[in-house]
Amino acid sequence: MESSKTDAIISIIRQEFGSEIVHIEQPYQLLTITFKPERIIDIIQLLYSHNELQFQFLTTLCGIHYPDQNQIAVMYQLHNLRTNQRIRLKIFLSADQPQVPTLTGIFSAANWMERETYDFFGVTFIGHPNLKRILNVEDMIFFPLRKEFPLEDQTREDKNDALFGR
Amino acid sequence: MRAEDSISPIVQPEEKQYSYLNLGPTHPATHGIFQNVLKMDGEVIVEAESTIGYIHRAFEKLAERRPFYQITPITDRMNYCSAPINNIGWHMTVEKLLGVEIPKRVQYLRVIIMELARITDHLICNAVIGVDTGALTGFVYMFQQREHVYEIYEEICGARLTTNLGRIGGFERDFSPKAWAKIEKFLKEFPEVLKEFEKLLVRNRIFMDRTIGVGGITAERALNYGFTGPNLRAAGVDYDVRVMNPYSSYEDFNFTVPVGTQGDTYDRFMVRQAEMWQSLSIIRQAIDKMPAGPFHADVPDFYLPPKEEVYNNMESLIYHFKIVMGETDVPKGEVYHSVEGGNGELGFYLISDGGRTPFRLHFRRPCFIYYQAYTEMVKGSMLSDAILTMSSMNVIAGELDA
Repeated sequence: MESSKTDAIISIIRQEFGSEIVHIEQPYQLLTITFKPERIIDIIQLLYSHNELQFQFLTTLCGIHYPDQNQIAVMYQLHNLRTNQRIRLKIFLSADQPQVPTLTGIFSAANWMERETYDFFGVTFIGHPNLKRILNVEDMIFFPLRKEFPLEDQTREDKNDALFGR
Repeated sequence: MRAEDSISPIVQPEEKQYSYLNLGPTHPATHGIFQNVLKMDGEVIVEAESTIGYIHRAFEKLAERRPFYQITPITDRMNYCSAPINNIGWHMTVEKLLGVEIPKRVQYLRVIIMELARITDHLICNAVIGVDTGALTGFVYMFQQREHVYEIYEEICGARLTTNLGRIGGFERDFSPKAWAKIEKFLKEFPEVLKEFEKLLVRNRIFMDRTIGVGGITAERALNYGFTGPNLRAAGVDYDVRVMNPYSSYEDFNFTVPVGTQGDTYDRFMVRQAEMWQSLSIIRQAIDKMPAGPFHADVPDFYLPPKEEVYNNMESLIYHFKIVMGETDVPKGEVYHSVEGGNGELGFYLISDGGRTPFRLHFRRPCFIYYQAYTEMVKGSMLSDAILTMSSMNVIAGELDA
């Protein structure tokens, strides 16, 4: 039952945007599809308005920094409240200059979520109505949730990380 | 705008003059640290802009340096009005990642705690709506009851506001007879108080005039703005995580999901009021159906062994050391778990790379998501209604800023 539902979703997406799909997986029963970043908004628009999909609720949106690949992922999680189906979409951007079109045209909820992602990861959402820092001070010059910013003061010598398995 | 401009006697009649008002960051009527810059035409709000982040503490960054069990106290400080729900939501996320089977008794005990927390969360919000309409009596009366719930928490975990309640896998100890007695006492006394509180406000003409049709939002807009919890249900959408994706055995209990129609302040008040009654009924059912069994799951890698065994038993000592130092291995994975918090869907998005700390932990904080609709909701309303709209949305600064 469950798998036939996700298969139907995958086949609809494959029909329209087959060439955009990079990877499909289901960690902990949550359908996760990785796309190429260019047409992500069109894909979400399809998920939103297609009769059989109707993912019309944006649960959350956040960034993830992968320093080894020098990439920043943006994760969108949508929810179809009628059939109680969740889907997670991911795109990978270069960490040097991450850019992606804004989702605010479809979901008003994306407004602050995108500002938060910009604030912490430096992802530029093209076309966002008010893209400025939201939780941090405005004159901050770095993006604190990127992995290169250590949490603790690295000049301290009284704490030997090796002893703590770090 | 300069002051002399506004008092200049030569004002073109067609040229409208607006005044700007800083509501907050510290304002006695906003119950928290929020700033709203309001463009006012007389007493009517023409435009508003919110500034948030005044108590931002970088929890998502902090969590990346902490072992899993040390993240629990962080979650306390998000929605501090219902901290146990945050704690238990986090424990359940880790348990989902580890694939731990939780005993039925633990699930029922958790339900009792979470529903008590929901009651405290809602009663604060509703009592404060009363205060903002000018009725201080109900507030003082209800806060006394919150005190009793905090005494129950104290009996269970030793803390009151920031509870750090429970452990990964269950509870640190079973509920004491004194805790059960306090829960029973609360279940006996609270309905009377709640009834009296309802008598004070529900059909009160002044209260109704102040709240009906104030700060309304349609179901479509609410969904588009990502509303969840009582605020969404007040707009008429019956989305409740407890029903749609039951966790911790919520499917075993009979309860209804109250919904409103207008999505205005009065409906939000009524939905919260009805939910408190449902919570009381759930607690009663959980006590009556309480199964026997252990109060924690069998996860020696994460659940601290009893102290006597640590001193007398080599394995227990090793486990104790490994847990405290955060040296236990976790599976790699990506997991999302959500619970119905006091304000809506509280989600935890956890990416584990197998290390001692999360690789990335993102909190889906319901307040942060729905508060952005505030500027749209107060547009065109009076200043005093804007205050009421905010208190009825139950925006908790700690959850907003994380």
